[in-house]
Amino acid sequence: MAHGLLGIEALSREEIQAILDRAKDFQPRDGQSFRKYDLLRDKMVVNLFFETSTRTRTSFEIAAKRLGADSVSITASASSVTKGESLVDTLNTLAAMRPQAIIMRHAASGAPHFLQRHLEIPIINAGDGTHEHPTQALLDARTILDRGAKLEGLRVAIIGDIAHSRVARSNVYLLSKFGANIVLCGPASLLPEALKTIAPGVTLTTNMDEAIRDADVIMMLRVQLERQHEPGFSASEYFQFYGLRLEHLKLARPDAIVMHPGPINRGREISSEAADSQRSVILNQVENGISVRMAVLERVMSGKKTDGATAH
Amino acid sequence: MARLLIKNGRVIDPASHHDGVADVWIEDGVIKGIGVGLNASGAEVIDATGLIVAPGFIDMHVHLREPGFEHAETIESGSRAAAAGGFTSVCPMPNTKPVNDNATVTSYMIEKARRHAVVNVFPIGAITKGSAGEELAAIGSMKQAGAVAISDDGRPVMNARVMRWAMEFARSLGIPVINHCEDLHLSAGGDMHEGAESVRLGLRGIPGCSEDVMVARDILLAEVTGARYHVAHISSRHSVEMVQFAKTRGLAVTAEATPHHLALADRDMKPYDSNYKMKPPLRGSCDVTAVLEGIVNGAIDAIATDHAPHPGSEKMQEFESCPFGILGLETAIGVSLEQLVHPGKIGISRLVELFTTGPARILGIDRGTLSPGAPADVTIFSMDREWTYDVNKSFSKSRNSPFDGKTFKGGSVATVVAGEIVWRG
Repeated sequence: MAHGLLGIEALSREEIQAILDRAKDFQPRDGQSFRKYDLLRDKMVVNLFFETSTRTRTSFEIAAKRLGADSVSITASASSVTKGESLVDTLNTLAAMRPQAIIMRHAASGAPHFLQRHLEIPIINAGDGTHEHPTQALLDARTILDRGAKLEGLRVAIIGDIAHSRVARSNVYLLSKFGANIVLCGPASLLPEALKTIAPGVTLTTNMDEAIRDADVIMMLRVQLERQHEPGFSASEYFQFYGLRLEHLKLARPDAIVMHPGPINRGREISSEAADSQRSVILNQVENGISVRMAVLERVMSGKKTDGATAH
Repeated sequence: MARLLIKNGRVIDPASHHDGVADVWIEDGVIKGIGVGLNASGAEVIDATGLIVAPGFIDMHVHLREPGFEHAETIESGSRAAAAGGFTSVCPMPNTKPVNDNATVTSYMIEKARRHAVVNVFPIGAITKGSAGEELAAIGSMKQAGAVAISDDGRPVMNARVMRWAMEFARSLGIPVINHCEDLHLSAGGDMHEGAESVRLGLRGIPGCSEDVMVARDILLAEVTGARYHVAHISSRHSVEMVQFAKTRGLAVTAEATPHHLALADRDMKPYDSNYKMKPPLRGSCDVTAVLEGIVNGAIDAIATDHAPHPGSEKMQEFESCPFGILGLETAIGVSLEQLVHPGKIGISRLVELFTTGPARILGIDRGTLSPGAPADVTIFSMDREWTYDVNKSFSKSRNSPFDGKTFKGGSVATVVAGEIVWRG
């Protein structure tokens, strides 16, 4: 089977560390932009997005180009999916065009896992439904590490719609592998009890103050506006109980950082003041997105770690 | 005079409390007698030495997809799969197209079966028109046409008042009401059992309580109406407890379990493999244990497969887009032996009951016995013969089974319907 990147859960700590270390090499220096390499010259990657995304798709595109690869982006509305072609057929068609990897985002949990069983070419998961978003967790870890020495023993509060968050799941798996203490916080209807069992070091609370107290990292999740029809909580009360404001930051560690996977909804899950505060590393996350995705693309496409990938 | 002699098998007939090595003598489609050293002259002989000879197995819960979905299964193909799995009678659910909610459809199914099926087909009629849950179907005329029970399987009656009417009417007609218990509001959008696995996989959950609240409601209604009420494919531990409770209160409440709910829990599911997607979903391990206990202590009366064929084109999709349901007819005996008899949870005669007298009593049909004069439906199976299930060789038109490639110890060897050998392994 092809060696893509489907999720964090199946990765070893060593593999994650290797990606994070390599991403550091790709970080831009002193106000310059990302350096251009030819590590993936003559290689091709397809960006296949079945859900709209600007930042993740652009980030992958830039990462591929900075490594010297050709990159093609396809969005669902422009593809044959709307003509009733099955997902398997769409992927087989693209695979026949001989790219070295397919980057894929899909609204269904497990869609890339299902496809990888039927496809030789490695798939990089750019977010599957409410399951995983592995490169987001990697770039979050890179960003935390840039501010401190290690993840072990850190107290990380993840706040919001945990039940439907692929960002939360991937972060839980990653942080847990490195020995962090993870506090998941949100309204009870969006915080299933079973979350406690998915990885070691996870605790749950519905109280935001409790989650933030002594936290080293505060990770806010986006309110999924598209899920507001599922009335698991009162939308009007959300910001009052689960929106991050400056006063919350006093409860956290003095050097605590505020993270958000973006795009942010100002005044919904985070106040403008908190988002723009000195503690916020939201733009550092965006920047690290490119270096981390360069490391992932290199790992998957260079052939070093792949087996069964399409020959060229 | 067509004579068939099944020799030297261990004949287990729970209805007549017979269990011992004997011959079964069949003439003109009817059981003539059970005895030792019967004269074989002029008869076709099946040597059943080392095998179990039982009344024909009844699967009271299948989907034959005809009329309307013949690309997935037909009455003929489903009946052949049934015969290969050791079943001599099957009860197709009414979720066909059109829905079996009137005597015309019921008669069509029976007529199709008479011409093309190799096993007996006893249709189950709908409870409500179009199984829409609002207006009662033509229950009386369906019964006259041959329907043996009513159910809106897959589309449970959400309105308790409608369910009460259905139970009152069914009681007056003397047929059972079968419900697929699922509160559709609680289960909405769910793809698998709600628990640690669904959270881990990021799939929406179908909570155990979505089954329990409807079982509870229906048991209360069964008490009010005095109806015979049957829980289809019971899967949650609290539901099993409630059925047991109803029985201790003397209510006419029964339940069936599927082989897959005896064998598999949510954590056994291959991630995002739609061959593990069905309703009710594979539950937690403690639910599996409770269902097994329910079989042992008698809370559960029958094993039924919920055989639900879907063509590959529908199952080869993102998990959440795939339809619910898996094949079951050909693997039922193998899975049941593995989960119940081989580990010593129940004896072989109790297993035979679960496939014969159990469903026959629930439905009130004259099957499930080898008594002289009974229709000569016989299931001959092995308890120890090893075989491997290859779904690509299935008699079903579909291929959706989680048991493909699995090796079983014991399974059907020959199936006799009305004195005719309809399948031989």
